[in-house]
Amino acid sequence: MSDNLIEIEGLRFSRGDRVIFAGLDMQVPRGSVTAIMGPSGTGKTTLLRIIGGQVKPDEGSVRFDGREVTTMSRRALFEMRRELGMLFQSSALLTDFSVFENVAFPLRVHTDLPEEMIRDLVLMKLNAVGLRGARDLAPSQLSGGMSRRVALARAIALDPKFIMYDEPFTGQDPISMGVLVTLIRGLNRTLDMTSLVVSHDIHETVSIADVIYIIADGHVIGSGSPDELRSGGSTMVQQFMSGAPDGPVPFHYPADDFLEDVLGVD
Amino acid sequence: MLRLLRLIGQRTLEWLETLGRAGIVWLWAIFGLPRRGDLALFTKQIFQIGVLSLPIIVLSAFSIGGVLALQGYTQLARIGAEESVGLGVALVLLRELGPVVTGLLFAGRAGSAVTAEIGLMKATDQLSGMEMMGVDPLRRIVAPRLWGGFIAMPTLTLIFNTVAIWAAALAGIDWLGIDPGGFWAGMEDAVELWEDVGKGTIVKSVVFGVIISWISVFQGYDCQPTAEGIGNATTRTVVYSSVAVLAVDFLLTLVMYGEFK
Repeated sequence: MSDNLIEIEGLRFSRGDRVIFAGLDMQVPRGSVTAIMGPSGTGKTTLLRIIGGQVKPDEGSVRFDGREVTTMSRRALFEMRRELGMLFQSSALLTDFSVFENVAFPLRVHTDLPEEMIRDLVLMKLNAVGLRGARDLAPSQLSGGMSRRVALARAIALDPKFIMYDEPFTGQDPISMGVLVTLIRGLNRTLDMTSLVVSHDIHETVSIADVIYIIADGHVIGSGSPDELRSGGSTMVQQFMSGAPDGPVPFHYPADDFLEDVLGVD
Repeated sequence: MLRLLRLIGQRTLEWLETLGRAGIVWLWAIFGLPRRGDLALFTKQIFQIGVLSLPIIVLSAFSIGGVLALQGYTQLARIGAEESVGLGVALVLLRELGPVVTGLLFAGRAGSAVTAEIGLMKATDQLSGMEMMGVDPLRRIVAPRLWGGFIAMPTLTLIFNTVAIWAAALAGIDWLGIDPGGFWAGMEDAVELWEDVGKGTIVKSVVFGVIISWISVFQGYDCQPTAEGIGNATTRTVVYSSVAVLAVDFLLTLVMYGEFK
């Protein structure tokens, strides 16, 4: 058995003429919290979808627990997904269901547990994210941060071996943020999970990640432990880790000269 | 000229690709037969698609049945054949108007709702979320709506025809004073179970149900996940379904009733 739960090699993916990944290599060690960081629009969410088999890459290999995801049959993909959880950026809660029913959904679909046990499990998961009291609310009654915490409770409902978090800290107040950081770390340790976190929140991510990958221009431009990245790496990595506006990573999306564009001046 | 040819070729390929995707969705969903706990999903969809369409179906049927009797009486009374109103109304309803009008109403009321619902689920990542939980949305979301449509459409057509004939009898016998014996006897003599009810109502309504449900679920599943995309998909459902119902009705009538020389 490989030490890595996820192994990505030579990943290439384009949308139209735009190259998203140009030969990306990455490994997610078992039991680790691995973070993916990088400028906006570099395909971090797309990478999570490729790992989950929702998007097929143009080339390259993606292995989950030794199984090749890119060539899996539809049935095999759905079987594999039972072993993983994903927290979506948009929460993706089922709007016709209450908070309780959303968290109970994977348990009802994938297990034969009696109703009392489902109730206990759902309440435990909701308690972990601090929303046991919100069990009867509809998703439309939740704030963005609360929705994400419900989605997290749902993602861990089946105690998956691997969980992907897409921007878990966005929209959280400082208290919830602290709880989430502790929860992600705690889940990894107590349930022997492997986590992959996509986030822009450098401080929180650095505090929980064992390994960080920084991707830009379709490649991994830096990887290592948080300390290694802070103390070394390319100027691009340093710019990203320090959040500096000036550096090799442009703040602006590629465009014509500003003065020329606004004033029509050559 | 070359540009025009290229455009035609490109559009044809896009159309074929869409048709292929629609076929795959249909096949996956059609074989998504009920599993443990799925019966509730089907029952709910039959309620949403069928039962909630009843008011508009009953109201329209009453209106159309009454109008047919009133107009038929006006013309037939001139030649002293007002008792033929019953058979005329029944044949027109059973063979054509029943399935066609029900199909058009079904597309407008239930088809558009199904497209909008699935489209919104797509736009809010609910379908993606299900996939990542190991739940196939084609089985969980699309299949119950597809099968619900297959069942609801023929049932609604039968109800439409029953109400319309009852409304015609009400207008013809009670208001216009047509002899009830002549009204019902003419109908009984003219209507044949398989030829009119079987082929005209059942076969046509089943075919329309399959077409409308397929268009509705596919447009929702394949739409652009934006507000405008959902709006466009809903419009396409109503337009494509309506045109398809009318065109297929013509073909079915040609095949089932055409007497070629």
